[in-house]
Amino acid sequence: MAILVIAEHNNSALAAATLNTVAAALQIGGDVHVLVAGAGCGAVAEAAAKVAGVAKVLVADNTAFAHQLPENLAPLIVELARGYSHVLAPATTNGKNYLPRVAALIDVEQISEIIKVVSADTFQRPIYAGNAIATVQSSAAVKVITVRATGFDPVAGEGGSAAIESVGTVSDAGLSAFVGEEIAKSERPELTGAKIVVSGGRGMQNGDNFQLLYGVADKLGAAVGASRAAVDAGFVPNDMQVGQTGKIVAPQLYVAVGISGAIQHLAGMKDSKVIVAINKDEEAPIFQVADYGLVADLFEAVPELERAL
Amino acid sequence: MKILVTVKRVVDYNVKVRVKADGSGVDLANVKMAMNPFCEIAVEEAVRLKERGIASEVVVVSVGPNAAQEQLRTALALGADRAVLVESTAELGSLAIAKLLKAVVDREQPQLVILGKQAIDSDNNQTGQMLAALSGFAQGTFASRVEIAGEQARVTREIDGGLQTVSLNLPAIVTTDLRLNEPRYASLPNIMKAKKKPLDVLTPEALGVSTASTVKVLKVEAPAARKAGIKVGSVAELVDKLKNEAKVI
Repeated sequence: MAILVIAEHNNSALAAATLNTVAAALQIGGDVHVLVAGAGCGAVAEAAAKVAGVAKVLVADNTAFAHQLPENLAPLIVELARGYSHVLAPATTNGKNYLPRVAALIDVEQISEIIKVVSADTFQRPIYAGNAIATVQSSAAVKVITVRATGFDPVAGEGGSAAIESVGTVSDAGLSAFVGEEIAKSERPELTGAKIVVSGGRGMQNGDNFQLLYGVADKLGAAVGASRAAVDAGFVPNDMQVGQTGKIVAPQLYVAVGISGAIQHLAGMKDSKVIVAINKDEEAPIFQVADYGLVADLFEAVPELERAL
Repeated sequence: MKILVTVKRVVDYNVKVRVKADGSGVDLANVKMAMNPFCEIAVEEAVRLKERGIASEVVVVSVGPNAAQEQLRTALALGADRAVLVESTAELGSLAIAKLLKAVVDREQPQLVILGKQAIDSDNNQTGQMLAALSGFAQGTFASRVEIAGEQARVTREIDGGLQTVSLNLPAIVTTDLRLNEPRYASLPNIMKAKKKPLDVLTPEALGVSTASTVKVLKVEAPAARKAGIKVGSVAELVDKLKNEAKVI
């Protein structure tokens, strides 16, 4: 039995979510092969070959895969999938985009965002915004699964020495084309991989006040997130959103500032090890999940917190 | 062009669901149901395309129990022209639903199909992509902007690091993200008019689609509860607790 893991990358670097996905694959058991599909992605393949526990790296280097358009990528994965018992991808926006297309082409159900491997055919995944955990069993010949990164501790990115092999005869499907992208620039750690996350909500009142959080975040080496209310109000860009419809994080420390704690927000952060809430409304639902709650005006408490660190 | 929009009847997003004691599922008896929020955005986008003269007809489709007619009537009140219900009381997986929708796509021949990016009950985020695969169409998932130009759709997508724009050949599949638009409310006169709009009811058998699944739910349980936290009196106390008790900074 061998397992195919689809690497998440940007053609120059391997994304951390790949390491969590390899960890899930190793728990299922069997040889783990990693597919790096992209254009000019040799460095990514080299990095994938060094990942602990990886037996083989398959590289599909073709301009058709440059932006991982699902119309081009899915046929490639379907072609490779025949030789595997499981196909896994990280539950990033890329993985969520192409993998259901793969599953439908193989004619199997996909299991989305697993957080635990029970056995080679049985997995746990959250449903209803994380308010229930379903244990599901798949009888499919090829099990197609996306992995929630925060559910699995990453394997080491060093120490492995897998062989690299070139694959793929599939070219451009001609259905879609990449036009452009706008990537938000940030000096801070990436939200989903950060050990500490400081998030602001509607209580921040405007985008400028997020400077207060940036001050605290920089002292802690933390990433900065936001609730949907803060994103919808235009305080910060949408890729900072934590929640059911944004990013799922599970850092060591999550500091929620001016966030009431709606179900949809909790879905994105309630697996954090320690949760701190700073809110002036002592009835706010966020206090029900917070390990440490401070009922205070954030405009006084946050600067004081920055000075105290 | 003709646009097909899908809607799903789900538990209202404000309801905090409870898991049944026997682990068989979530208790949905006497719980408020509503249209999935991402589907509302899909209906709104289709209606706006019609208002801009780009769409000639908006057909709304749901797969679900008879009661899903309520959600279809809501979509009709929001501006859809007619509705199709594929009636099934079974708990269908995304692949079965995608196959049923594919059969409807074959009958209706739309140029654009708009779905929500995920349903807030199963949180699968699969159906649109699967329908695209089965139909052989291009897909523009997690859309925050859709422009139609001739035989192509230009879709701006919300991705992990920011935004990506792709160009898709029509017919194509689009799934909506939250920021695509702000859905309107149905007015009372439009709710009354919607009662007279056509609503066809089909069955999986009539469509010739098998809804067998490769996935079985063994049990559903409540997530582990967090242990009760404490309230601290000052920032100094908070920092002290984080340093010396939780040891996270």
